[in-house]
Amino acid sequence: MTFFEVLRFATAALRGHGLRTGLSMLGVGIGVAAVVMLTGLGEGARRYVTDQFASLGTNILIIIPGKNETTGGLPGIGGVPNDLTIDDAATVLRTVRSVDTLSPVAMGTETVSYRSRSRDVMVVGATSEMQQVRGIVVRSGSFLPPGDWKRGAPVAVMGKGIAQELFPGQDPVGKVVRVGDFRTRVIGVMAPRGVSLGIDFDDIVIIPVATSMRLFNRNSLFRVLIKLDPLADSEVAKADIMATLIERHDGEEDFTLITQDAVMSAFSQIFAALTAALAGIAAISLSVAGIGIMNVMLVAVSERTHEIGLLKAVGARRRQILVAFLTEAVLLSGAGGVLGLGAAWIAMQALAATYPAVDVTPPTWAVLAAVGVSLVVGAVFGVLPARNATRLDPIAALRS
Amino acid sequence: MAPETMIQLRDLWRTYEVGGRPLHALREICEQIASGEHVAIMGPSGSGKSTLLNLIGCLDQPTGGSYVLNGREVATLTEDELADIRRNLIGFVFQSYHLIPRLTANGNVELPMVFAGLPRAERHERASAALEAVGMLERAGHRPDQLSGGELQRTAIARAIVMGPQLLLADEPTGNLDSKSGQQVLQLLDGLNDRGLTLIMVTHDPGVARRADRIITLVDGRIVSRMKGSAMGDINPYIGAVDSGAGTGELD
Repeated sequence: MTFFEVLRFATAALRGHGLRTGLSMLGVGIGVAAVVMLTGLGEGARRYVTDQFASLGTNILIIIPGKNETTGGLPGIGGVPNDLTIDDAATVLRTVRSVDTLSPVAMGTETVSYRSRSRDVMVVGATSEMQQVRGIVVRSGSFLPPGDWKRGAPVAVMGKGIAQELFPGQDPVGKVVRVGDFRTRVIGVMAPRGVSLGIDFDDIVIIPVATSMRLFNRNSLFRVLIKLDPLADSEVAKADIMATLIERHDGEEDFTLITQDAVMSAFSQIFAALTAALAGIAAISLSVAGIGIMNVMLVAVSERTHEIGLLKAVGARRRQILVAFLTEAVLLSGAGGVLGLGAAWIAMQALAATYPAVDVTPPTWAVLAAVGVSLVVGAVFGVLPARNATRLDPIAALRS
Repeated sequence: MAPETMIQLRDLWRTYEVGGRPLHALREICEQIASGEHVAIMGPSGSGKSTLLNLIGCLDQPTGGSYVLNGREVATLTEDELADIRRNLIGFVFQSYHLIPRLTANGNVELPMVFAGLPRAERHERASAALEAVGMLERAGHRPDQLSGGELQRTAIARAIVMGPQLLLADEPTGNLDSKSGQQVLQLLDGLNDRGLTLIMVTHDPGVARRADRIITLVDGRIVSRMKGSAMGDINPYIGAVDSGAGTGELD
């Protein structure tokens, strides 16, 4: 009995009970579609976040003031964090060779107003190097001018959104706006960019870092964004930066140095775990579908006792009967799996058409696993009914 | 040359356990059936006729005694060997036909060959030949629900002979048929027997049984009489002596 013959026999048997076959296929289909779509969404979310980080550019290091760990000793003796200052940043840029460029960053919320219009926006203090570090494109005018970081000229660069709100239908370049208590001249408007790393670039005002620190009345920077030389070894660079800063901070490691890779992999791990959890939930529906298949096959076996008895009478071996019924179960779940894949594909096309920004392509492993699992489900849950079939007493089975 | 012995039963018992107590379906059965013989098995309901037929057909195993088929002791055979014997050596015909409803007549006849692993072209050829032999070739494409009782049974006979068996076992083959279809089926079986097929038939019907070379009558699992078919006489099968076992006394 060839494989093809077994398949034909099983197909004919399944077609004999269209509704029952269809319903149990639907069960598996829903399970497979759930696995594929939920992992697709999880993966999509993960990719979205990692893309966000990747858009930072490669070889980015971030210095954050403060150390997120407990220090021993008495209060007041150790562990008092020094400020992260503009001088720190300047020293790192000057002395660490693998640093391509860097920008100190301060951040706060201020009211920005022009004549009668005003808005509370995020104000970012930075330097001209910020343009290179974050890859900022200026649409009209220019970005912050290079020069002494500590001088702090009264100028501002606006995002597209805030520019439109404060200056509807006008070019803001050259106009004077109030940022908090300070009067600044708008020197540039950035090209639309949207949200990157949680900051809506269309809705910020960038001013020189020294100006911003006076404005916020702060001594410590919020961050230092460092762009490494593309050829530099990031581990060596990290060590050099650490050493430089620790020396400046009297031997105290009171700052945190994170790499883009580390942040990215942390997020990536979180989302991978989320995807796995979603896949797990979906897998439950697959196993429920498997029980459905077992039920259908048990009914099929008890309904077809005559047939099984006859197969024995015409000389079918136990193994052949086992294979025939197992094939039927696997075919049932496999067809359901294909059905589910089709449904998931259609749903994802619809989703992609509605939300083009979200990439919901499921990972290949999830697609293969869902189909593989659907086949395994058929095989596993088909064994018991198929074994029941082979164990039927032919005489009892043939008795009408 | 004397016909060679095909079936040799010696002190055969078949005992079931029912409610913790033994129930003897067959006791002390001793019988020889030669190749090419036509034997009818009669007896009242529950006398063990079908049990005996199932044992001979290797669907069941005796609990005691010996059954030698074509020189091989059946008790020593494995399950797969028994399946092979059923496939190649034995054809079954049942009272209720046991055709698979989703398969056409042709598909049903091909079934044993599918499990034998014969190639498709050969299956088709042999199924057509078997259907032609029972006069069902022109109905080969019909499903069981589109066929009459006589046609169903003829299809079942085609299925039973398609593997070219030496032994045909029929359990009340005319039990569900009207007399005209029944006659056709019996003629078919007689014809097969004439061509050398050993035929063993379980029946209630003396009119059917008398066509056999020999009639074996069972009561309570024991053989109570053996007689020639021609000795059955002209008993009207529709009046008396049927099923009740009342006839066995005078047959003895």
